[in-house]
Amino acid sequence: MVTCKDFLRELGEYLDETTDPATRADLERHITECPNCWVIFDTCKKTIQVYKGMDPQPLPDPVHNRLMRALEQKAQQRGVKADCPEAQA
Amino acid sequence: MHHPPVRPPRPMLALKLDERMAGSSIKDDADPAPVEEFVLVEQARGGDLAAFSELVRRYERRVYRTARHIVQNDEDAEDVLQEAMLKAFEHLDSFQGHSKFYTWLVRIAVNESLMKLRKRKSDRSVSLDESIETDEEPIVREIAVWDDNPEQRYSQTELREILDKAIDSLKPIFRTVFILRDVEELSTEETAEILGLSIAAVKSRLLRARLQLRERLTRTFKRKGDQILGYV
Ligand SMILES: [Zn+2]
Repeated sequence: MVTCKDFLRELGEYLDETTDPATRADLERHITECPNCWVIFDTCKKTIQVYKGMDPQPLPDPVHNRLMRALEQKAQQRGVKADCPEAQA
Repeated sequence: MHHPPVRPPRPMLALKLDERMAGSSIKDDADPAPVEEFVLVEQARGGDLAAFSELVRRYERRVYRTARHIVQNDEDAEDVLQEAMLKAFEHLDSFQGHSKFYTWLVRIAVNESLMKLRKRKSDRSVSLDESIETDEEPIVREIAVWDDNPEQRYSQTELREILDKAIDSLKPIFRTVFILRDVEELSTEETAEILGLSIAAVKSRLLRARLQLRERLTRTFKRKGDQILGYV
């Protein structure tokens, strides 16, 4: 007999579909009989879906450009070490 | 889409990430035959900035988004992005290739982000191992059915604002776990490794984060006129 507390405890695994088949069947039976837990499950699932559907926004150009400039500087520093050992002497 | 438990081989990964990019509204120079990631990593390891720039181009948005959610302001997020990318470029030798490049990169970014937070407010709420009563039952207050496809009632900008605000209201431990697992879609194991948490700790924090977000979004997305049911 699955209680609402049991259901909430297992909810994470249930959402990730990582419960074993027997537990899964018990949880499925519980939400057909318990409207509250069904709503919690359904709205949790939708919460995850709505976040997964969001693409990351493009970086603002200045942020991207500053990043590339910083990398070029770093590459130049490394270039001196790697390509011109005589410069170190 | 659910990630299969088995990690796809690299070429599939590269393809998948490319599809993701193609799906966004941004017009980058679309490369018809993208170079596979491990090739880029190899070239970048040899100091090839062009190859590393391509890796940056593929991941900068996701790294920035993750950092932005953790540190919660633009300047610190940009600092984290730069520091993480520079460190990655410099220490590419220590990337073993056992994990995905992105997982390795985001771990650097998450560490930088958490360091920023700790520096900013020598605040105990930043600690990821903060003892939260994990065996306490998660709290559920609002139980209401949502509108069908509520997200379609809002513009992309409005929706983004609603979702970002909800994440921003979570404590650092909860929002960091949620971002890695449900936004960046890393596995429980990867998330545990990045944060230095046990699998069980990741799972319990993730469930709490999901329930808290669900609660907040319910206030916005619930079907109007519906009675809020009580809960034990
Ligand atoms: Zn129930």
